[in-house]
Amino acid sequence: MDATISIQELRTAPDRAAVTTLTLAILLVLFVGASFLLGPSHLSPAELFSGLVSGRGPAGVIAREIRLPRAALAIVVGGALGASGAALQGLFRNPLAEPGVTGVTSSAGLGAVLALYFGLASSSAFLLPGLAVAGALVSAGILYLLSRGGAGAVALVLSGVAIASFATALTALALSMAKNPYAMSEMVLWMLGSLKDRTLSDLAFSAPLTLAGLALLMSAARGLDALTLGEEAAQSLGVDVASVRGRIVIGVALATGAATAAAGAVSFVGLVVPHVLRRFYGYEPSRLILPSALGGAVLVAAADIAVRLIAPDGELLLGVVTAMLGAPFFLWLIVSLRSES
Amino acid sequence: MSAAVAFERISARYGTRLVLNEVRARFAKGAVTGIVGPNGAGKTTLFRAALGLLPSFGGMITVLDKPLSDWSREGLARTIAYLPQGSDAHWPIRARQLVSLGRLPHRGPFASLSGVDAIAIDEALVRCDARQFGERRMDELSAGERARVLFARALATAAPILLADEPAAYLDPAHQLRLMELLREEASRGTAVAVTLHDLALASRHCDEIIVLDRGRVAGQGAPEVALSDAALARVFGISAMHTRDPAGGRGALTPWQRL
Repeated sequence: MDATISIQELRTAPDRAAVTTLTLAILLVLFVGASFLLGPSHLSPAELFSGLVSGRGPAGVIAREIRLPRAALAIVVGGALGASGAALQGLFRNPLAEPGVTGVTSSAGLGAVLALYFGLASSSAFLLPGLAVAGALVSAGILYLLSRGGAGAVALVLSGVAIASFATALTALALSMAKNPYAMSEMVLWMLGSLKDRTLSDLAFSAPLTLAGLALLMSAARGLDALTLGEEAAQSLGVDVASVRGRIVIGVALATGAATAAAGAVSFVGLVVPHVLRRFYGYEPSRLILPSALGGAVLVAAADIAVRLIAPDGELLLGVVTAMLGAPFFLWLIVSLRSES
Repeated sequence: MSAAVAFERISARYGTRLVLNEVRARFAKGAVTGIVGPNGAGKTTLFRAALGLLPSFGGMITVLDKPLSDWSREGLARTIAYLPQGSDAHWPIRARQLVSLGRLPHRGPFASLSGVDAIAIDEALVRCDARQFGERRMDELSAGERARVLFARALATAAPILLADEPAAYLDPAHQLRLMELLREEASRGTAVAVTLHDLALASRHCDEIIVLDRGRVAGQGAPEVALSDAALARVFGISAMHTRDPAGGRGALTPWQRL
């Protein structure tokens, strides 16, 4: 009796994960496809796809240079944020860890703003993503030190609030000092994030950086599983915990920095997605990273569609929608964690 | 009996506090070595030293006749299985999944579980009487059941040296005895088993050798009746004990009786 039950459960457990992954993949194709087809110019799907293939005529320009970057960036940005959230939660063994909450995205945004408004971005195409990654690295470095000291949930969230406020204040300062006539609206754009008016060059730098970050995160995945047992047990199992920490922190900085340089600070994706998906992957941190990337891409693509459906004039920003979903979720998570402990 | 782990004049500090003071001790192959001592005596630190988890210490540790510094991280992980004190799972993963982490030292960077791994995991679960809840999540288990799963994780590594820090805490009496039988089984396969225990009755009855630590110093090492003599108990623990004989002729036990 026992044996049959365990065999059945052995069979169903991986199936549940496979079904979830497949569902996410189908949703991703649907939402990214819909995102590609959605826009102010009235072109039929057939025109758009043939334009995408040939690249000729107005349909070609719209398909390749407007719709494609926007749809593809949703995958890159959502994937980067979802995977980063899953990896940070695994590293801190804390479901509240996330690039936005920990201040990594705000710091990356600060780096991007410094590059843009002091004219550095025009001197080299690498400076904008480079400074965004550097900003993310600084705050991720602070996280690294916190994680070494074994920071609890409260310390993590409070330091995130401090880092994020500081980075946002510096961003505002930089924008005002740059004598930018649109300082206010630009700042809102960086603080909330948007996929509007992105170009292929945004995609060209963010996609490889995100992939590199994901590869680093995956290389540390098994170490995250071992950390489920605590640091000393993980070390006794041959895991180089310092190297796992370093790879996660740099991987998160690369992916989040690239995503933020392309789309601004989109918050809460990395919080919500891993938390919702975790139960389908047996709560194992290593198995959660790639599905969280998929789920993040689905969420960002869906939110970017919602943004355009709610306000076709383009006034609503992507981060508004993710924050409207994510912030109440964050509160609910804190309350439910409190009642658990 | 040759030594699997030998400590030669080990000294270690946390900050300015001397936690281990010129400790000389050994864990023998094929034997159960019990480490006892009052709180803060340095029992856990001794284990951490053998695992290479102390950033610095004075003296010399040899593991299977090789200096600790000559061991690779992976090699040491396959050689010493360690169950930390009060360990628990930070995510509610399934029990079997947790036990499979014990196989990490045997697996290549991206290799999945092999048949050998699966057998080791199953065997560890069965021996710890945990197979029946192998598919349950850790947060659905009682503290004692979780302790058995965590111990199975250490067994699954199948290492020639096993260090268990307070594995008897949280266990009911029957499972405490089962634990000591398991440690005995491991030792009879040739494993060097070292275990810290607060329960002097368990230690005196089930260990081949006892190391008594007191404020970072070795206050005695030897057979239980020698290391846990009345004089040693009075000096180190400040207690007297009652002695119980085994009617079957085996090793007796002592029961802490009175504070002195």
